[in-house]
Amino acid sequence: MTLRNPIVFIGSIAVVFAILFLWWLASVTGTVSRAFVPNPFDAWAALVRGFSRGDLLPQTIGTVGRMLQGWLLASLIGVVLGAAIGLSRTARDYLQPTLEFLRPLPASAIIPVAIALMGLSPGMALTVVAFGSLWPTLLGTIHGFAAVEPRLKEVARCLQMSGPAFAWKIGLPNAMPDILAGMRLSMTVALILAIICEMLASQAGLGTAILLAARAFQSSELFAGIALLGAIGLVSNLALRAVEIRALAWQNSH
Amino acid sequence: MRLAKAAALPLLLIVGAELWFRGPGAGSESLAAPSAAFAAIVEALGDGTLVTATRQTLTAALGGLAIGASAGLVLGFLIGLSKTAIALSTPSVELFRPIPSVALIPLAMLVFGFGYGFEMSIVAFATFWPCLILAQAAASQIEPRLMEVSRVIGLSSTQRLFKIVLPAAMPRIFVALRLAAGFALVVAVTVEIAANPQGLGYMLMIAQQSLRPELMLGSLIWIGLIGWGVNAGLNALQGRLFRHQQVAGGKP
Repeated sequence: MTLRNPIVFIGSIAVVFAILFLWWLASVTGTVSRAFVPNPFDAWAALVRGFSRGDLLPQTIGTVGRMLQGWLLASLIGVVLGAAIGLSRTARDYLQPTLEFLRPLPASAIIPVAIALMGLSPGMALTVVAFGSLWPTLLGTIHGFAAVEPRLKEVARCLQMSGPAFAWKIGLPNAMPDILAGMRLSMTVALILAIICEMLASQAGLGTAILLAARAFQSSELFAGIALLGAIGLVSNLALRAVEIRALAWQNSH
Repeated sequence: MRLAKAAALPLLLIVGAELWFRGPGAGSESLAAPSAAFAAIVEALGDGTLVTATRQTLTAALGGLAIGASAGLVLGFLIGLSKTAIALSTPSVELFRPIPSVALIPLAMLVFGFGYGFEMSIVAFATFWPCLILAQAAASQIEPRLMEVSRVIGLSSTQRLFKIVLPAAMPRIFVALRLAAGFALVVAVTVEIAANPQGLGYMLMIAQQSLRPELMLGSLIWIGLIGWGVNAGLNALQGRLFRHQQVAGGKP
Protein backbone atom coordinates (compact mmCIF):
# COMPACT_ATOMS: atom_id res chain seq x y z
CA MET A 1 0.00 0.00 0.00
CA THR A 2 2.87 2.34 0.76
CA LEU A 3 4.27 1.75 -2.71
CA ARG A 4 1.06 3.00 -4.29
CA ASN A 5 2.26 6.54 -4.26
CA PRO A 6 5.97 7.42 -4.10
CA ILE A 7 5.34 10.80 -2.48
CA VAL A 8 3.33 9.20 0.31
CA PHE A 9 6.03 6.58 0.73
CA ILE A 10 8.74 9.20 1.12
CA GLY A 11 6.44 11.11 3.44
CA SER A 12 5.96 8.04 5.64
CA ILE A 13 9.72 7.67 6.01
CA ALA A 14 9.89 11.38 6.79
CA VAL A 15 7.45 10.81 9.65
CA VAL A 16 9.87 8.29 11.18
CA PHE A 17 12.67 10.83 10.96
CA ALA A 18 10.42 13.57 12.33
CA ILE A 19 9.81 11.45 15.42
CA LEU A 20 13.55 10.86 15.83
CA PHE A 21 14.10 14.61 15.31
CA LEU A 22 11.61 15.41 18.09
CA TRP A 23 13.50 13.01 20.35
CA TRP A 24 16.75 14.77 19.48
CA LEU A 25 15.16 18.18 20.02
CA ALA A 26 13.76 17.15 23.41
CA SER A 27 17.14 15.91 24.56
CA VAL A 28 19.26 18.86 23.39
CA THR A 29 16.88 21.55 24.62
CA GLY A 30 16.65 19.82 27.98
CA THR A 31 12.85 19.40 27.88
CA VAL A 32 13.41 15.96 29.32
CA SER A 33 16.30 15.30 31.66
CA ARG A 34 19.47 13.88 30.14
CA ALA A 35 19.52 11.40 32.99
CA PHE A 36 16.42 9.76 31.54
CA VAL A 37 16.48 10.36 27.81
CA PRO A 38 19.78 10.59 25.95
CA ASN A 39 20.55 12.29 22.68
CA PRO A 40 19.72 9.77 19.88
CA PHE A 41 23.30 10.06 18.60
CA ASP A 42 24.63 9.13 22.04
CA ALA A 43 22.32 6.12 22.11
CA TRP A 44 23.54 5.10 18.67
CA ALA A 45 27.15 5.56 19.80
CA ALA A 46 26.43 3.39 22.86
CA LEU A 47 25.03 0.72 20.56
CA VAL A 48 28.11 0.78 18.32
CA ARG A 49 30.43 0.87 21.35
CA GLY A 50 28.65 -2.08 22.93
CA PHE A 51 29.08 -4.18 19.85
CA SER A 52 32.68 -3.18 19.16
CA ARG A 53 33.68 -3.72 22.80
CA GLY A 54 31.95 -7.07 22.54
CA ASP A 55 29.51 -7.27 25.44
CA LEU A 56 26.29 -6.46 23.58
CA LEU A 57 26.63 -9.34 21.12
CA PRO A 58 26.75 -12.16 23.72
CA GLN A 59 23.91 -10.48 25.61
CA THR A 60 21.80 -10.29 22.46
CA ILE A 61 22.60 -13.91 21.68
CA GLY A 62 21.66 -14.84 25.25
CA THR A 63 18.25 -13.19 25.03
CA VAL A 64 17.49 -14.36 21.48
CA GLY A 65 18.64 -17.89 22.34
CA ARG A 66 16.46 -18.05 25.43
CA MET A 67 13.50 -16.72 23.48
CA LEU A 68 13.98 -19.10 20.53
CA GLN A 69 14.61 -22.22 22.62
CA GLY A 70 11.53 -21.64 24.74
CA TRP A 71 9.46 -20.73 21.71
CA LEU A 72 10.51 -23.81 19.71
CA LEU A 73 9.76 -26.07 22.66
CA ALA A 74 6.39 -24.36 23.14
CA SER A 75 5.57 -24.59 19.42
CA LEU A 76 6.40 -28.29 19.29
CA ILE A 77 4.37 -29.16 22.38
CA GLY A 78 1.59 -26.77 21.40
CA VAL A 79 1.09 -28.18 17.91
CA VAL A 80 1.28 -31.86 18.91
CA LEU A 81 -0.89 -31.47 22.00
CA GLY A 82 -3.23 -29.06 20.25
CA ALA A 83 -3.74 -31.48 17.35
CA ALA A 84 -4.50 -34.32 19.74
CA ILE A 85 -7.00 -32.23 21.71
CA GLY A 86 -8.51 -30.58 18.64
CA LEU A 87 -9.17 -33.86 16.85
CA SER A 88 -10.90 -35.55 19.76
CA ARG A 89 -14.32 -34.38 20.84
CA THR A 90 -13.89 -36.16 24.21
CA ALA A 91 -10.54 -34.51 24.93
CA ARG A 92 -12.03 -31.11 24.08
CA ASP A 93 -14.98 -31.64 26.42
CA TYR A 94 -12.70 -32.49 29.31
CA LEU A 95 -9.78 -30.13 28.71
CA GLN A 96 -11.03 -27.02 26.98
CA PRO A 97 -12.82 -25.42 29.96
CA THR A 98 -9.67 -25.74 32.07
CA LEU A 99 -7.54 -24.31 29.27
CA GLU A 100 -9.95 -21.41 28.80
CA PHE A 101 -9.70 -20.68 32.51
CA LEU A 102 -5.90 -20.64 32.34
CA ARG A 103 -5.77 -18.46 29.22
CA PRO A 104 -6.22 -15.03 30.88
CA LEU A 105 -3.73 -15.92 33.64
CA PRO A 106 -0.64 -13.72 33.27
CA ALA A 107 2.16 -15.99 32.07
CA SER A 108 4.57 -14.13 34.34
CA ALA A 109 2.57 -15.22 37.40
CA ILE A 110 4.09 -18.68 37.18
CA ILE A 111 7.59 -17.22 37.63
CA PRO A 112 7.48 -17.39 41.45
CA VAL A 113 6.30 -21.00 41.26
CA ALA A 114 9.09 -21.84 38.84
CA ILE A 115 11.62 -20.11 41.10
CA ALA A 116 10.33 -22.08 44.09
CA LEU A 117 10.71 -25.34 42.19
CA MET A 118 13.89 -24.74 40.22
CA GLY A 119 15.70 -21.82 41.80
CA LEU A 120 17.20 -18.92 39.84
CA SER A 121 18.61 -21.16 37.12
CA PRO A 122 18.78 -21.09 33.31
CA GLY A 123 16.44 -24.08 33.38
CA MET A 124 13.87 -22.01 35.27
CA ALA A 125 14.04 -19.27 32.64
CA LEU A 126 13.64 -21.75 29.80
CA THR A 127 10.69 -23.44 31.52
CA VAL A 128 8.92 -20.14 32.12
CA VAL A 129 9.45 -18.97 28.53
CA ALA A 130 8.26 -22.30 27.13
CA PHE A 131 5.28 -22.61 29.46
CA GLY A 132 4.17 -19.02 29.00
CA SER A 133 4.44 -19.00 25.22
CA LEU A 134 2.70 -22.37 24.94
CA TRP A 135 -0.83 -20.99 25.24
CA PRO A 136 -1.32 -18.99 22.03
CA THR A 137 -0.01 -21.85 19.87
CA LEU A 138 -1.86 -24.54 21.82
CA LEU A 139 -5.23 -22.76 21.75
CA GLY A 140 -4.77 -21.74 18.11
CA THR A 141 -3.97 -25.32 17.11
CA ILE A 142 -6.95 -26.73 19.02
CA HIS A 143 -9.23 -24.25 17.31
CA GLY A 144 -7.74 -24.97 13.88
CA PHE A 145 -8.12 -28.72 14.19
CA ALA A 146 -11.57 -28.51 15.73
CA ALA A 147 -12.97 -26.17 13.09
CA VAL A 148 -12.65 -28.48 10.09
CA GLU A 149 -15.41 -28.00 7.52
CA PRO A 150 -17.99 -30.80 8.10
CA ARG A 151 -18.08 -31.67 4.40
CA LEU A 152 -14.36 -32.39 4.48
CA LYS A 153 -14.98 -34.79 7.35
CA GLU A 154 -17.62 -36.50 5.26
CA VAL A 155 -15.25 -36.75 2.32
CA ALA A 156 -12.62 -38.28 4.58
CA ARG A 157 -15.14 -40.82 5.81
CA CYS A 158 -16.10 -41.73 2.25
CA LEU A 159 -12.45 -42.18 1.35
CA GLN A 160 -12.05 -44.31 4.49
CA MET A 161 -9.09 -42.22 5.61
CA SER A 162 -7.35 -43.38 8.78
CA GLY A 163 -7.13 -41.03 11.77
CA PRO A 164 -3.49 -40.01 11.24
CA ALA A 165 -4.06 -39.52 7.51
CA PHE A 166 -7.01 -37.25 8.28
CA ALA A 167 -4.94 -35.25 10.75
CA TRP A 168 -2.08 -34.87 8.28
CA LYS A 169 -3.94 -34.31 5.02
CA ILE A 170 -7.01 -32.38 6.13
CA GLY A 171 -6.57 -31.28 9.74
CA LEU A 172 -3.10 -29.77 9.50
CA PRO A 173 -3.61 -27.70 6.30
CA ASN A 174 -6.90 -26.49 7.72
CA ALA A 175 -5.31 -25.52 11.03
CA MET A 176 -2.22 -23.90 9.48
CA PRO A 177 -3.42 -20.26 9.60
CA ASP A 178 -4.43 -20.61 13.25
CA ILE A 179 -1.20 -22.40 14.15
CA LEU A 180 0.99 -19.77 12.51
CA ALA A 181 -0.96 -16.87 14.01
CA GLY A 182 -0.62 -18.55 17.41
CA MET A 183 3.10 -19.08 16.93
CA ARG A 184 3.59 -15.41 16.06
CA LEU A 185 1.83 -14.35 19.25
CA SER A 186 3.84 -16.96 21.17
CA MET A 187 7.06 -15.36 19.92
CA THR A 188 6.04 -11.99 21.38
CA VAL A 189 5.22 -13.61 24.72
CA ALA A 190 8.51 -15.54 24.62
CA LEU A 191 10.53 -12.33 24.20
CA ILE A 192 8.70 -10.63 27.07
CA LEU A 193 9.20 -13.58 29.40
CA ALA A 194 12.84 -13.97 28.42
CA ILE A 195 13.44 -10.34 29.43
CA ILE A 196 11.56 -10.69 32.74
CA CYS A 197 13.35 -13.91 33.66
CA GLU A 198 16.71 -12.32 32.94
CA MET A 199 15.87 -9.37 35.15
CA LEU A 200 14.75 -11.58 38.02
CA ALA A 201 17.32 -14.34 37.77
CA SER A 202 20.28 -12.22 36.58
CA GLN A 203 20.86 -14.40 33.53
CA ALA A 204 23.30 -12.87 31.04
CA GLY A 205 21.16 -11.05 28.50
CA LEU A 206 19.71 -7.74 27.41
CA GLY A 207 17.09 -7.73 30.19
CA THR A 208 19.83 -7.71 32.81
CA ALA A 209 21.88 -5.24 30.73
CA ILE A 210 19.16 -2.57 30.59
CA LEU A 211 18.34 -3.01 34.27
CA LEU A 212 21.99 -2.45 35.21
CA ALA A 213 22.29 0.49 32.78
CA ALA A 214 19.27 2.15 34.41
CA ARG A 215 20.68 1.60 37.90
CA ALA A 216 23.92 3.24 36.82
CA PHE A 217 22.02 6.14 35.17
CA GLN A 218 23.60 5.29 31.82
CA SER A 219 20.67 6.37 29.72
CA SER A 220 22.55 5.94 26.40
CA GLU A 221 23.25 2.28 27.17
CA LEU A 222 19.67 1.86 28.40
CA PHE A 223 18.20 3.22 25.16
CA ALA A 224 20.62 1.16 23.09
CA GLY A 225 19.33 -1.95 24.87
CA ILE A 226 15.68 -0.97 24.45
CA ALA A 227 16.25 -0.29 20.75
CA LEU A 228 17.95 -3.66 20.36
CA LEU A 229 15.05 -5.43 22.07
CA GLY A 230 12.66 -3.58 19.77
CA ALA A 231 14.73 -4.72 16.79
CA ILE A 232 14.57 -8.33 18.00
CA GLY A 233 10.79 -8.06 18.26
CA LEU A 234 10.55 -6.43 14.83
CA VAL A 235 12.79 -8.92 13.03
CA SER A 236 11.23 -12.02 14.59
CA ASN A 237 7.75 -10.75 13.77
CA LEU A 238 8.68 -9.92 10.17
CA ALA A 239 10.35 -13.30 9.71
CA LEU A 240 7.30 -15.17 10.95
CA ARG A 241 4.99 -13.05 8.85
CA ALA A 242 7.07 -13.89 5.78
CA VAL A 243 6.81 -17.59 6.63
CA GLU A 244 3.07 -17.17 7.08
CA ILE A 245 2.61 -15.53 3.67
CA ARG A 246 4.70 -18.23 2.00
CA ALA A 247 3.08 -21.16 3.80
CA LEU A 248 -0.44 -19.90 3.24
CA ALA A 249 0.01 -18.80 -0.38
CA TRP A 250 -1.94 -21.84 -1.59
CA GLN A 251 -5.00 -20.70 0.31
CA ASN A 252 -5.29 -17.45 -1.57
CA SER A 253 -4.71 -19.02 -4.97
CA HIS A 254 -8.20 -20.49 -5.22
CA MET B 1 -23.07 -33.37 31.92
CA ARG B 2 -20.95 -30.75 30.19
CA LEU B 3 -20.27 -29.12 33.52
CA ALA B 4 -19.28 -32.46 35.02
CA LYS B 5 -16.81 -33.06 32.20
CA ALA B 6 -15.43 -29.55 32.53
CA ALA B 7 -14.92 -29.94 36.27
CA ALA B 8 -13.45 -33.45 36.07
CA LEU B 9 -9.85 -32.47 35.33
CA PRO B 10 -9.52 -29.62 37.86
CA LEU B 11 -11.14 -31.76 40.56
CA LEU B 12 -8.86 -34.68 39.80
CA LEU B 13 -5.82 -32.40 40.01
CA ILE B 14 -6.96 -30.83 43.26
CA VAL B 15 -7.72 -34.16 44.92
CA GLY B 16 -4.47 -35.66 43.61
CA ALA B 17 -2.41 -32.71 44.89
CA GLU B 18 -4.19 -32.79 48.24
CA LEU B 19 -3.44 -36.50 48.70
CA TRP B 20 0.17 -36.04 47.61
CA PHE B 21 0.90 -33.15 49.96
CA ARG B 22 -0.79 -34.90 52.89
CA GLY B 23 1.14 -38.09 52.26
CA PRO B 24 4.57 -38.38 50.62
CA GLY B 25 4.90 -34.69 49.70
CA ALA B 26 4.25 -33.28 53.17
CA GLY B 27 6.93 -30.88 54.34
CA SER B 28 7.56 -29.51 50.84
CA GLU B 29 9.01 -26.03 50.98
CA SER B 30 8.19 -25.06 47.42
CA LEU B 31 4.58 -26.18 47.00
CA ALA B 32 1.61 -26.78 49.28
CA ALA B 33 -1.68 -28.62 49.45
CA PRO B 34 -4.75 -27.01 47.81
CA SER B 35 -6.55 -26.89 51.17
CA ALA B 36 -3.64 -24.93 52.66
CA ALA B 37 -3.69 -22.55 49.68
CA PHE B 38 -7.41 -22.04 50.16
CA ALA B 39 -6.94 -21.40 53.88
CA ALA B 40 -4.15 -18.90 53.14
CA ILE B 41 -6.39 -16.99 50.72
CA VAL B 42 -9.25 -16.90 53.22
CA GLU B 43 -6.84 -15.62 55.85
CA ALA B 44 -5.42 -12.97 53.50
CA LEU B 45 -8.95 -11.90 52.64
CA GLY B 46 -9.72 -11.63 56.34
CA ASP B 47 -6.75 -9.46 57.33
CA GLY B 48 -7.19 -7.16 54.33
CA THR B 49 -3.82 -7.71 52.63
CA LEU B 50 -5.41 -9.41 49.67
CA VAL B 51 -8.00 -6.68 49.26
CA THR B 52 -5.32 -3.98 49.36
CA ALA B 53 -3.13 -5.82 46.86
CA THR B 54 -6.06 -6.42 44.53
CA ARG B 55 -7.07 -2.78 44.71
CA GLN B 56 -3.52 -1.65 43.93
CA THR B 57 -3.24 -3.95 40.92
CA LEU B 58 -6.65 -3.04 39.55
CA THR B 59 -6.05 0.69 40.07
CA ALA B 60 -2.75 0.54 38.22
CA ALA B 61 -4.22 -1.58 35.42
CA LEU B 62 -7.26 0.64 35.05
CA GLY B 63 -5.29 3.90 35.24
CA GLY B 64 -2.78 2.71 32.65
CA LEU B 65 -5.57 1.41 30.47
CA ALA B 66 -7.40 4.75 30.65
CA ILE B 67 -4.30 6.63 29.47
CA GLY B 68 -3.05 4.13 26.88
CA ALA B 69 -6.42 3.19 25.43
CA SER B 70 -7.79 6.71 25.15
CA ALA B 71 -4.62 7.96 23.45
CA GLY B 72 -4.48 4.91 21.18
CA LEU B 73 -8.17 4.95 20.29
CA VAL B 74 -8.33 8.67 19.50
CA LEU B 75 -5.11 8.71 17.50
CA GLY B 76 -5.92 5.45 15.71
CA PHE B 77 -9.40 6.65 14.88
CA LEU B 78 -8.16 9.92 13.44
CA ILE B 79 -5.49 8.15 11.39
CA GLY B 80 -8.00 5.57 10.19
CA LEU B 81 -10.27 8.21 8.66
CA SER B 82 -7.76 9.00 5.94
CA LYS B 83 -6.01 6.52 3.65
CA THR B 84 -3.06 8.89 3.29
CA ALA B 85 -2.70 9.20 7.06
CA ILE B 86 -2.64 5.41 7.36
CA ALA B 87 0.09 5.17 4.74
CA LEU B 88 2.07 7.98 6.34
CA SER B 89 1.98 6.51 9.84
CA THR B 90 2.43 2.80 9.05
CA PRO B 91 6.27 2.67 9.03
CA SER B 92 6.50 4.56 12.34
CA VAL B 93 3.90 2.35 13.98
CA GLU B 94 5.53 -0.83 12.71
CA LEU B 95 8.90 0.42 13.92
CA PHE B 96 7.95 1.38 17.48
CA ARG B 97 5.21 -1.15 18.16
CA PRO B 98 7.47 -4.24 18.50
CA ILE B 99 9.34 -2.72 21.47
CA PRO B 100 8.44 -5.16 24.27
CA SER B 101 6.61 -3.24 27.00
CA VAL B 102 8.73 -4.86 29.72
CA ALA B 103 11.88 -3.45 28.11
CA LEU B 104 10.67 -0.05 29.36
CA ILE B 105 10.57 -1.23 32.99
CA PRO B 106 14.07 0.07 33.81
CA LEU B 107 13.39 3.41 32.10
CA ALA B 108 10.02 3.93 33.80
CA MET B 109 11.54 2.96 37.13
CA LEU B 110 14.22 5.59 36.59
CA VAL B 111 11.70 8.30 35.67
CA PHE B 112 8.87 7.60 38.11
CA GLY B 113 10.42 5.58 40.92
CA PHE B 114 8.34 2.83 42.48
CA GLY B 115 4.60 3.30 42.61
CA TYR B 116 1.56 3.86 40.43
CA GLY B 117 3.21 6.17 37.88
CA PHE B 118 5.78 3.53 37.06
CA GLU B 119 3.25 0.76 36.64
CA MET B 120 0.65 2.83 34.81
CA SER B 121 3.17 4.11 32.26
CA ILE B 122 4.11 0.55 31.27
CA VAL B 123 0.46 -0.50 31.09
CA ALA B 124 -0.32 2.60 29.04
CA PHE B 125 2.46 1.81 26.56
CA ALA B 126 1.35 -1.81 26.27
CA THR B 127 -2.32 -0.98 25.69
CA PHE B 128 -1.65 1.99 23.39
CA TRP B 129 -0.59 -0.10 20.37
CA PRO B 130 -3.42 -2.63 20.10
CA CYS B 131 -5.92 0.22 20.59
CA LEU B 132 -4.22 2.30 17.91
CA ILE B 133 -4.21 -0.55 15.39
CA LEU B 134 -7.76 -1.70 16.07
CA ALA B 135 -9.25 1.81 16.13
CA GLN B 136 -7.51 2.53 12.85
CA ALA B 137 -9.06 -0.61 11.36
CA ALA B 138 -12.44 0.29 12.83
CA ALA B 139 -12.41 3.75 11.26
CA SER B 140 -11.07 2.65 7.89
CA GLN B 141 -13.38 -0.32 7.44
CA ILE B 142 -16.69 1.44 7.73
CA GLU B 143 -19.21 0.18 5.21
CA PRO B 144 -18.74 2.47 2.14
CA ARG B 145 -22.48 2.55 1.50
CA LEU B 146 -22.98 4.29 4.85
CA MET B 147 -20.63 7.03 3.73
CA GLU B 148 -22.48 7.30 0.43
CA VAL B 149 -25.75 7.65 2.27
CA SER B 150 -24.33 10.40 4.46
CA ARG B 151 -23.18 12.24 1.35
CA VAL B 152 -26.54 11.86 -0.35
CA ILE B 153 -28.47 13.24 2.60
CA GLY B 154 -25.97 16.08 2.84
CA LEU B 155 -24.54 15.63 6.34
CA SER B 156 -21.76 17.96 7.39
CA SER B 157 -18.51 16.27 8.35
CA THR B 158 -19.17 16.76 12.08
CA GLN B 159 -22.61 15.26 11.73
CA ARG B 160 -21.14 12.42 9.71
CA LEU B 161 -18.60 11.72 12.40
CA PHE B 162 -21.12 11.55 15.24
CA LYS B 163 -24.07 10.04 13.39
CA ILE B 164 -22.41 7.56 11.04
CA VAL B 165 -18.73 6.95 11.65
CA LEU B 166 -18.59 6.63 15.43
CA PRO B 167 -21.69 4.43 15.83
CA ALA B 168 -20.53 2.18 12.98
CA ALA B 169 -17.07 1.80 14.50
CA MET B 170 -18.30 1.30 18.07
CA PRO B 171 -18.45 -2.52 18.19
CA ARG B 172 -14.89 -2.85 16.94
CA ILE B 173 -13.70 -0.19 19.34
CA PHE B 174 -15.25 -2.12 22.18
CA VAL B 175 -13.41 -5.25 21.04
CA ALA B 176 -10.18 -3.23 21.13
CA LEU B 177 -10.99 -2.08 24.64
CA ARG B 178 -11.76 -5.61 25.79
CA LEU B 179 -8.48 -6.96 24.47
CA ALA B 180 -6.58 -4.02 25.96
CA ALA B 181 -8.20 -4.58 29.36
CA GLY B 182 -6.93 -8.16 29.33
CA PHE B 183 -3.43 -6.93 28.43
CA ALA B 184 -3.57 -4.24 31.11
CA LEU B 185 -4.11 -6.75 33.90
CA VAL B 186 -1.38 -9.08 32.61
CA VAL B 187 1.12 -6.24 32.23
CA ALA B 188 0.29 -4.79 35.65
CA VAL B 189 0.93 -8.12 37.37
CA THR B 190 4.09 -8.61 35.31
CA VAL B 191 5.49 -5.22 36.32
CA GLU B 192 4.74 -6.01 39.97
CA ILE B 193 6.50 -9.35 39.71
CA ALA B 194 9.51 -7.84 37.97
CA ALA B 195 10.03 -4.70 40.01
CA ASN B 196 7.17 -2.71 41.52
CA PRO B 197 6.72 -3.39 45.25
CA GLN B 198 2.90 -3.31 45.39
CA GLY B 199 -0.14 -5.28 44.31
CA LEU B 200 -0.86 -8.91 43.64
CA GLY B 201 2.31 -9.66 41.67
CA TYR B 202 4.47 -8.42 44.53
CA MET B 203 2.39 -10.38 47.02
CA LEU B 204 3.06 -13.48 44.94
CA MET B 205 6.80 -12.80 44.82
CA ILE B 206 7.04 -12.09 48.55
CA ALA B 207 5.07 -15.23 49.42
CA GLN B 208 7.60 -17.25 47.43
CA GLN B 209 10.60 -15.50 48.95
CA SER B 210 9.35 -15.87 52.51
CA LEU B 211 8.79 -19.61 51.91
CA ARG B 212 5.03 -19.48 52.19
CA PRO B 213 4.08 -21.70 49.25
CA GLU B 214 0.46 -21.94 50.38
CA LEU B 215 0.07 -18.15 50.12
CA MET B 216 1.93 -18.14 46.78
CA LEU B 217 -0.38 -20.76 45.25
CA GLY B 218 -3.40 -19.10 46.81
CA SER B 219 -2.56 -15.71 45.28
CA LEU B 220 -1.77 -17.37 41.95
CA ILE B 221 -5.26 -18.85 41.88
CA TRP B 222 -6.69 -15.52 43.00
CA ILE B 223 -4.95 -13.73 40.11
CA GLY B 224 -6.34 -16.38 37.77
CA LEU B 225 -9.84 -15.82 39.09
CA ILE B 226 -9.59 -12.05 38.66
CA GLY B 227 -8.29 -12.37 35.10
CA TRP B 228 -11.04 -14.81 34.28
CA GLY B 229 -13.66 -12.62 35.93
CA VAL B 230 -12.62 -9.46 34.07
CA ASN B 231 -12.56 -11.38 30.80
CA ALA B 232 -15.95 -13.00 31.35
CA GLY B 233 -17.50 -9.73 32.51
CA LEU B 234 -16.34 -7.84 29.43
CA ASN B 235 -17.49 -10.65 27.14
CA ALA B 236 -20.93 -10.53 28.71
CA LEU B 237 -21.00 -6.73 28.41
CA GLN B 238 -20.06 -6.94 24.75
CA GLY B 239 -22.80 -9.47 24.08
CA ARG B 240 -25.33 -7.22 25.80
CA LEU B 241 -24.27 -3.92 24.21
CA PHE B 242 -23.83 -5.11 20.66
CA ARG B 243 -26.29 -7.94 20.43
CA HIS B 244 -27.65 -6.73 17.11
CA GLN B 245 -24.27 -6.27 15.47
CA GLN B 246 -21.99 -9.02 14.24
CA VAL B 247 -18.35 -8.17 14.71
CA ALA B 248 -15.84 -10.01 12.59
CA GLY B 249 -13.33 -11.74 14.80
CA GLY B 250 -14.86 -10.23 17.89
CA LYS B 251 -17.15 -13.02 18.99
CA PRO B 252 -16.74 -13.53 22.69
